[in-house]
Amino acid sequence: MAAMAVRAALRGLRGRFRRTQASASAGGVRGAAQGAAGRAGSGRGCPRGGVPRCSGVGRDGRPPAAGRPRTLSRWRNSWEPCRGRPDYDLLVIGGGSGGLACAKEAAQLGKKVAVVDYVEPSPQGTRWGLGGTCVNVGCIPKKLMHHAALLGGMIQDAPHYGWEVPQQVPHDWRKMAEAVQNYVKSLNWGHRVQLQERKVSYFNMKASFVNEHMVRGVTKGGKETLLSAKHIVIATGGRPRYPTHIEGAVEHGITSDDIFWLKESPGKTLVVGASYVALECAGFLTGLGLDTTVMMRSIPLRGFDQQMSALVTDYMASHGTRFLRGCTPLKVKRLLDNQLQVTWKDLASGKEDMDTFNTVLWAVGRVPETRNLNLEKAGVNTNPESKKILVDAREATSVPHIYAIGDTAEGRPELTPTAIMAGRLLAQRLCGQSSDLMDYDNVPTTVFTPLEYGCVGLSEEAAVARHGEEHVEVYHAYYKPLEFTVAERDASQCYIKMVCLRKPPKLVLGLHFLGPNAGEVTQGFALGIKCGASYAQVMRTVGIHPTCAEEVTKLRITKRSGLDSTVTGC
Amino acid sequence: MSSLPGRRARLSSPGTSRLSSEAREELRRRLQGLIEDNRVMIFSKSYCPHSTRVKELFSSLGVEYNILELDQVDDGANVQEVLSEITNQRTVPNIFVNKVHMGGCDRTFQAHQSGLLQKLLQKESTYDYDLIVIGGGSGGLACAQEAAILGKKVMVLDFVIPSPQGTSWVKHNWEIMTEAIQNHIGSLNWSYGLSLREKSVAYVNSYGEFVEHHKIKATNRKGQETYYTAAKFVIATGARPRYLGIKGDKEYCITSDDLFSLPYCPGKTLVVGASYVALECAGFLAGVGLDVTVMVRSILLRGFDQEMAEKVGSYMEHHGVKFLRKFIPVMVQQLEKGSPGKLKIVAKSTEGPETIEGVYNTVLLAIGRESSTRKIGLEKIGVKISEKSGKIPVNDIEQTNVPYIYAVGDVLEGKLELTPVAIQAGKLLARRLFGGHSEKCNYINVPTTVFTPLEYGCCGLSEEKAIEIYKKENLEVYHTLFWPLEWTVAGRDNNTCYAKIICNKVDNNRVIGFHILGPNAGEVTQGFAAAMKCGLTKQLLDDTIGIHPTCGEVFTTLEITKSSGLDITQKGC
Repeated sequence: MAAMAVRAALRGLRGRFRRTQASASAGGVRGAAQGAAGRAGSGRGCPRGGVPRCSGVGRDGRPPAAGRPRTLSRWRNSWEPCRGRPDYDLLVIGGGSGGLACAKEAAQLGKKVAVVDYVEPSPQGTRWGLGGTCVNVGCIPKKLMHHAALLGGMIQDAPHYGWEVPQQVPHDWRKMAEAVQNYVKSLNWGHRVQLQERKVSYFNMKASFVNEHMVRGVTKGGKETLLSAKHIVIATGGRPRYPTHIEGAVEHGITSDDIFWLKESPGKTLVVGASYVALECAGFLTGLGLDTTVMMRSIPLRGFDQQMSALVTDYMASHGTRFLRGCTPLKVKRLLDNQLQVTWKDLASGKEDMDTFNTVLWAVGRVPETRNLNLEKAGVNTNPESKKILVDAREATSVPHIYAIGDTAEGRPELTPTAIMAGRLLAQRLCGQSSDLMDYDNVPTTVFTPLEYGCVGLSEEAAVARHGEEHVEVYHAYYKPLEFTVAERDASQCYIKMVCLRKPPKLVLGLHFLGPNAGEVTQGFALGIKCGASYAQVMRTVGIHPTCAEEVTKLRITKRSGLDSTVTGC
Repeated sequence: MSSLPGRRARLSSPGTSRLSSEAREELRRRLQGLIEDNRVMIFSKSYCPHSTRVKELFSSLGVEYNILELDQVDDGANVQEVLSEITNQRTVPNIFVNKVHMGGCDRTFQAHQSGLLQKLLQKESTYDYDLIVIGGGSGGLACAQEAAILGKKVMVLDFVIPSPQGTSWVKHNWEIMTEAIQNHIGSLNWSYGLSLREKSVAYVNSYGEFVEHHKIKATNRKGQETYYTAAKFVIATGARPRYLGIKGDKEYCITSDDLFSLPYCPGKTLVVGASYVALECAGFLAGVGLDVTVMVRSILLRGFDQEMAEKVGSYMEHHGVKFLRKFIPVMVQQLEKGSPGKLKIVAKSTEGPETIEGVYNTVLLAIGRESSTRKIGLEKIGVKISEKSGKIPVNDIEQTNVPYIYAVGDVLEGKLELTPVAIQAGKLLARRLFGGHSEKCNYINVPTTVFTPLEYGCCGLSEEKAIEIYKKENLEVYHTLFWPLEWTVAGRDNNTCYAKIICNKVDNNRVIGFHILGPNAGEVTQGFAAAMKCGLTKQLLDDTIGIHPTCGEVFTTLEITKSSGLDITQKGC
């Protein structure tokens, strides 16, 4: 069985999606070979007679005879009579976290499902496999490199704990990158196997709508296939934005799509942007010993609690990351020695300045992958500004049987677990298993900066804006993680704040935690907040000693009191 | 005196005779507490005109009084019954002034006319302190501080008797570590002292011993004796590691109390015991590269979930810690002196006549802790302690059988020996005694973490305990193995970390047990414990979004039940 699955997956990896003859002819993918007919060996198929056949594999190995390919319009006509039985119950466009979760769940519930996924190489030519942003160029490699940087910090701590380590412990980017990349590749593989196991058809093709029920897939080689489905889920995610107006930006800069796949150390790096992506990347680059500068136009971590954000950057600054605030880049130029010369403007003084770097990383936001989907052909509406797809609480777009989840959907948090849960719930609803809607409130998240920042619920600003300052009580504490004491680490930014309603029972509106293992700490409290925890309930929880998380259960000082909130003793 | 009113009560009110003798005793203590705590205590009924007259009398005298309206509390009938046992008076109002039983309305007015009432009221409390705390551990200090915040006059008596091996300071590799750790402890001690002074608690470094009711003798290092009295006492003397009681143990073995201040590297070590202290010590000693053996009499981590305990042990075994199971030491002999020296240990099997011998540099005893309650004069004032463990039984408000004596922390019988629990209990106790609060310390769903090499965090019931209480058929256990992301690249132990929750099917799948074996288990468990406080159910776990990529998120996607027998090994991501 396993061997079969492996072989099957291997076939898939070669870009050939041969399914069993029976299912191919019964269910079928309508194929249409278009464009140049001369690429022998690329394996194109074409429909024959009236029976739809599995395309993509030229079983006879012959290129389709001239004149045989049908035009799309003819296909459209021939589609009409069999509108009642499309190829698939569900077609998912995009093989990222949300799309795969939705596809797997629907398949498990007995639906006939296909996933169409295609990774457009980055402008620098980086490409990757199945699994989407999180697996390939997001959470996973990011956290691994963050961990690599944390290990460096632990090596520095080690002598305090009696370990005799050499003064200089160099870091080998090549080795780390290879290990991280191999792990990511194993995940790509795992996703392929899982699809196979659940009998989800997978097409490595670029998708675009033909009409509201049909999607055209185009392979890397240019071969086209038409896929029809009763329900279509758009889960194409987003890609980093390039500041195309800046001279040399696209040509010489990289983004988070490339950084994890670099074979060599990026060297002295300029990170442009103030998003969590910018700070996380700058954080681990600094931690790995690279000269790193962050250039931001205004505030860090927009949308997050601003007091916490300031502490995040304070910690980074005190640990070696340089910050150029209130600055905006003007141009990037490659010098003869291959270095990149960046010119920027200080917005306050209007003065221009210049420095050279080995790498320039743009982290100035992300754009949804909706431009090439031909959404207008299906009648799917987008927000003209953000280009994100407008959805309702059921994730449905302006076309009732077309849905959008994850980073492409308007107003949704750009987070893997929300996309996964939204995808799974959507699949359950489509299969009549449940009517539960996705609850986008109180979504916990963690920013994996050198000092991690975990949060759930409202920021202090949002709470004040929503309830009024006089109705909000903020409990807070500066604390020192036990592990920092012996290692004599600076804990000035280790801080916790709980935002509550002032009126008893003082419901908890938001929790913000800055310190080691913030993700692990925040997860459980997120549940508490979901359960409608009050301040008193959190205080009644006995702490686990000695942890950082226990400080949350000991928050006594209100901001309003103005008392010193530094924790002493235990 | 006590049997007669008891019979009377049964005769007079058969409806309330269901009160068990335990509950009756409990209520009696509570009432005595009220009587002792309040200068004027009035038991009344809100509609009773006589009660109203008495209240008006005390108001006109400008005297503060406390009232318990029997018609407004749930167990009013029981209170009345027990009051009649104490006072031989069944009616209300029932009045106490400075702990003296005054009687009813008429008697009180008579006393007012005769001047007796004024005399009784003038009798100020003659105690030196409102509260004396014996023992300067976390629970005692928390209680003292809280009482001081509430404006009470408080003293803490604390005196640490050095363990038989004594303690001192020096350095080397091991030395750097212990020095750094000792410095931290030093700074903690200092900040404790500071916070005590700030809150005006008298901190006396003396050994406390009861000599008579409400009176304690404090003996300092120089042997000087001072006597203090207080209205109330809290015993928080904690526990010290226990010895084996075999030849050579006190001379040559060390305990965890000594380990952290050991001035030299312990070398090849035998850890005796399977408590969390034993496994934690064995774990970090092996982690810093020492040859470590753990000798276990029977099971690991008694009281904890045994499936988890075995997993903790097998991970340690996998990472170089040796286990000698079903053996107990019978003799310790010194072969060589030194730092460390060489010790020979003879152990015998618990199952047969077999004996084994081994040579170690250090033998660490971690076979449990014994309460320090035996030499503080408790017998003089009649405080009951458990013969075997030396622990003090208390009711749900931490009150001993002597109403003005309370106890918190590790000295309590049948309660968890955990610092944060002691702190919580101490604070709440002070607030109940002096702050008019009624909140009790809840010993259910207390989270804890064992800091073994692979950390084990838990909250609520073990699987065994859950089955015992709720029956297996009413439970559903969800579980999974998981692979922390950080371990993947490092190629560490796949399918080792484990998560398990125990749900009560007949109560909306409420989560009654939470267990995690993995890195940062303490940090993970804490928040879930807060959620369990709020009534966590499986559905809520499923509805919560995970934080990606963390270990904690595994609990938001638990699908496989133990009863299904399905495979939980992790393949993909």
